[in-house]
Amino acid sequence: MSVATEMKRREFLKAGAALGGGLLISLYVPEFVPAAWATDSAAKPAALNAFVRIGTDETVTVISNHSEMGQGIYTSLPMLLNEELEADWARVRVESSPVDAVYNHTVFGIMMTGGSTTTNSEYDRFRQMGAMARIVLIAAAAQSWNVDPQTCRAEKSYVIHTPTSRRASYGSLAEAASKIAPPQDIPLKDPKDFTLVGKPVHRLDTPSKTNGTAQFGLDVYIPGMLTAVVARAPVFGGKVASFNADQAKAIPGVVNVVQVPSGVAVIAKGFWPAKLGREKLEINWDEGPGAGISTVEMREKYSTMSKTPGLVARKVGDPAAALAGAVKTITAEYEVPYLAHCMMEPLNTVVDLHEDRCEIWTGSQFQTGDRAAAAKVAGLKPEQVTLHTMLLGGGFGRRANVASDFVTEATEVAKAAKAPVKVVWTREDDIRGGWYRPMWYDHFAAGLDPNGNPVAWTHTIVGQSIMTGTMFESFGVKDGIDSTSVEGAADILYGIPNLQVELHSPKNEVPVQWWRSVGHSHTGFSVEAFLDEVAHAGGKDPYQLRRTLLANQPRMLAVLDLAAQKANWGSALPVGRARGIATHFSFDSYVAQVAEVSVEKDGTVRVHRVVAAVDCGRTVNPDTVKAQLEGGIVFGLTAALKTEITLEKGRVQQRNFNDYPMVRMFESPVIEVFIVPSTEHPTGVGEPGVPPVAPAVANAIFAATGKRVRRLPIKPEDLRSA
Amino acid sequence: MISFTVNGKAVTVEDPPSTPLLWVIRDSLNLTGTKFGCGMALCGACTVHIDGQAVRSCVAPVSRAEGKKVTTIEGISPDLTHPLQQAWIEIDVPQCGYCQSGQIMSAAVLLAENSAPSDEDIDEAMSGNICRCGTYPRIRRAIHRAAEIQAQRGGK
Repeated sequence: MSVATEMKRREFLKAGAALGGGLLISLYVPEFVPAAWATDSAAKPAALNAFVRIGTDETVTVISNHSEMGQGIYTSLPMLLNEELEADWARVRVESSPVDAVYNHTVFGIMMTGGSTTTNSEYDRFRQMGAMARIVLIAAAAQSWNVDPQTCRAEKSYVIHTPTSRRASYGSLAEAASKIAPPQDIPLKDPKDFTLVGKPVHRLDTPSKTNGTAQFGLDVYIPGMLTAVVARAPVFGGKVASFNADQAKAIPGVVNVVQVPSGVAVIAKGFWPAKLGREKLEINWDEGPGAGISTVEMREKYSTMSKTPGLVARKVGDPAAALAGAVKTITAEYEVPYLAHCMMEPLNTVVDLHEDRCEIWTGSQFQTGDRAAAAKVAGLKPEQVTLHTMLLGGGFGRRANVASDFVTEATEVAKAAKAPVKVVWTREDDIRGGWYRPMWYDHFAAGLDPNGNPVAWTHTIVGQSIMTGTMFESFGVKDGIDSTSVEGAADILYGIPNLQVELHSPKNEVPVQWWRSVGHSHTGFSVEAFLDEVAHAGGKDPYQLRRTLLANQPRMLAVLDLAAQKANWGSALPVGRARGIATHFSFDSYVAQVAEVSVEKDGTVRVHRVVAAVDCGRTVNPDTVKAQLEGGIVFGLTAALKTEITLEKGRVQQRNFNDYPMVRMFESPVIEVFIVPSTEHPTGVGEPGVPPVAPAVANAIFAATGKRVRRLPIKPEDLRSA
Repeated sequence: MISFTVNGKAVTVEDPPSTPLLWVIRDSLNLTGTKFGCGMALCGACTVHIDGQAVRSCVAPVSRAEGKKVTTIEGISPDLTHPLQQAWIEIDVPQCGYCQSGQIMSAAVLLAENSAPSDEDIDEAMSGNICRCGTYPRIRRAIHRAAEIQAQRGGK
C-alpha cells in the first residue's frame, strides 16, 4: 500500500470515529434485535449477533448493512461471514439491515454504501461476526454435552464432538447459543485455510433476478398506497410562483395535487393517471439565477480559468524551472461534460407517514442521512423512522445523495397528501434532475528531457466541488481543495520528478454528485490521454514509457505488463484496427486496460475488444470482480462514446435514451479480465474499471487515425475521414 | 373493461383502454417483475410477450391485449427451469438485475424463433434492451448457453 493511501485511510478512520463509527465489538452482541426482525419467515430465528440469525429450520440469515446495487455484496458479505461460521452454504440467505449505529460503515461512521469500500471495510468484521457465532454455537453444544469446547468442531451447520462423533445442528443450538456471551478475543482463520473466500461462488440473488421476484423500491406496494409524480422546476434552483391544477384534477384517477418545496406533486391511483395529470398542470416558475446557465459559456469560462493559477493541490520539485529547461514542451486541453447516472430503475420512494412514526421503502446508498432527512421533514426523531433498504436497480452514486433529495421530497409529498404514497421519477425526471458528474476542463503542460522522458508535468483542473457545503466537507475538503476534484491527478503513480497540480472550483446552480469513480472518471481520461501525447512527443511506445515511469510501482507495473501481454501489445492487427493502453489507480486498486479500436469512414468508433488487468488485493468472489470490471468498462464506454448533459438558458437539453444514449449490445466489445493474485487486504472493484477505458479508446483512436481525442464524448464528426 | 390472459390466467381490467399495458400489469395486476425504465420503448425493461411476440409494454395500450395471451417474466417457467433462466443462473448474468426481466423476455422470443442464434442474431434481437450495469458480454454467453440447453432437451 502506498504511503498516500495509508495516510488517506487514517484520515478517514479518524473522521469516521468522530462521527461515532469504529469497530465496537460490544455492540454486536445479541441484545440488539430490531423490531423489523419480528417478521422473519425462518422458524424461530435466534440472533447470534447483529449480523447473523439462525432459525430452528436451519436457515442462516446474514444481515447486510451495505446496499446491493449490482456489485454482488449480498453474496460477498455472506461468504466472508460463513467462511468462519461454517454453516451449510445452501442454507445461507441474506437480508438488508435496518438503520442503526451498529450497522455504520467502519470508515465513514454512518450507514452507507459507496466509494468501492464495502469489501475493503467489512473484510474483517464479517469474518469476526461469523467466528463469534461459531464460537457460541460450539459453546452451547459443549455445555449441553458437558464436554470441553476444545474437543468440538464446526462443520456444515453442525457442531461435532470429535471424540464421540456426537452431532447437533446449528438450528437446534441457536437459541441456547444466543444467550452465551461471546469472548472478546476472536481468532480468525489463516487465509490459506479459506474454503469459500477466494473461490468463484454463484450469487445468492441471481435466481430472484431471473423470475421477477427480486424486490426493488419500485416494486413496493402497500395497502392504500397512492402514486405521485412531481413537476420540478425547469431550471436548477427554480421555485413555484403559482399553479393551476384544475385540468390535472379532472383526469380520472387523480386524487390530489399538492405543492411541495421541490415543485407540484400530482397524486393518483397509479402511475399513469399521475403522469397524465402532471402533463395538464399549469405552473408559473420563479426561475432565479439558474435560468442563465449555458454550458457553452461555462466551457469558455472554464477554458480561460484553466490557464490561470489555481490552488496548489500537489507540488513536487520545481516544475516551472523544469519546464523552462526542457528540450521540448507540449501543452493540451481536455474536457468532459456533465453526466447523469441513469440507473435503469428510476428513483422512487414509498413513504407511510403517521403521527408518531414513519416507514420508508427505497433503494438507498445513504441510509443514515436519508432517515435523518425524512425525520426532519416529518417532525419525528430518526429512531421513529424505519427505513427498509430495497434492492437498488443501479446506484452509481446517485442514491447516496448528500441532500437526501428523493427521500426528502417523498416525505414532503406524503406529509401533504396525508396518505401512504410512492413517488416515482420518470426517465426524463432522472436525466433532467441534476446531481450530475461535474463538467471538467483540464490544462496540461509537459517538458521532456533529451531522451524523450517527461521531467515536468503541470495540470490545472477546473470544475465544481462535490463535497463543499456537505457533511463530507470537514474531511473531504482541505484548504479549499476537494480531494475528489484532484484524485487521480494529484496522486499519479508515475515517477515524474517535477509535478504540479492546481485546482479551480467555480460554483453554479447545477447540483453535482459522485458518479461511479467520481473524480477518477475525468482524471483517468485526461491524465492517461495526455501521457499518451507525451509518449508520442518523446518518440516512445506508450506502453514502454509507462513501464519506465512505473519502475517504482511494482503492483501497477505488474497489471500493466499483464494487460499488455494478454492483449498481445505490439503484435499485428487487421488493417484499420489499433490498440490503446491506459492505467489508473483508484479506490486503492490497480487497473490497466488495452482497447482494440477501429474508426469507420463516417467517424463511428468501433471498440472490438478490451483487455483488463486488475490488482484489488485478495478477492472474495473472483467472478464478481470480473463482473464489476466488465460492467465498469461498459459504463465507461458509454461516457467515452455517447453521453453528455448540456444546458441552455438553464434548461437541460437531453431527456431520455434517444438523446442520452447508452452503449447497447451491438456496441459492447469482447471483454477479458485478468486478476493479479494477491495476498494484500482487499481493495475496491465497483469503480476502478471505469476510468481507464475512455483513455484506452482515445489512445487507440490516435494509433489508428492520428487524430487526438481531447474531449468526451468522442464525436464521430471529429473523426470523419476527409 | 378489457379481458385477456396473463400467464395463462384470465383477467379483466377496468383501466382506460389507452393506459399502457405496463402500468396495468404493475399497478392493477400487481405483477412487478416487468419494469419501468424509459416510457418510450427505448430501453426494453418493460418487455412482455403478446401472443408470443416481444412487446414494449410501456407504449402498448392495454387495448392491444384484448383477447390475447400476455406472458410476463413471472410466466416463462414456474420453477426457474426455462433454458434462459438456467443459463442466466449458471453464468451469473445479473448485477443490479433491474433490466434482466426485459432481457430474458427479448431473448426468449429470439430463442423460440432461432434455436442457434449467431452473435449477429443476438446483436439484432437484443440491442433494444439497455443494461446500465454492462452485463452484455454475459447475456451473449448465456443466450448461446441457453440454446445448447434447449437443444439438449430436444428443442423447446
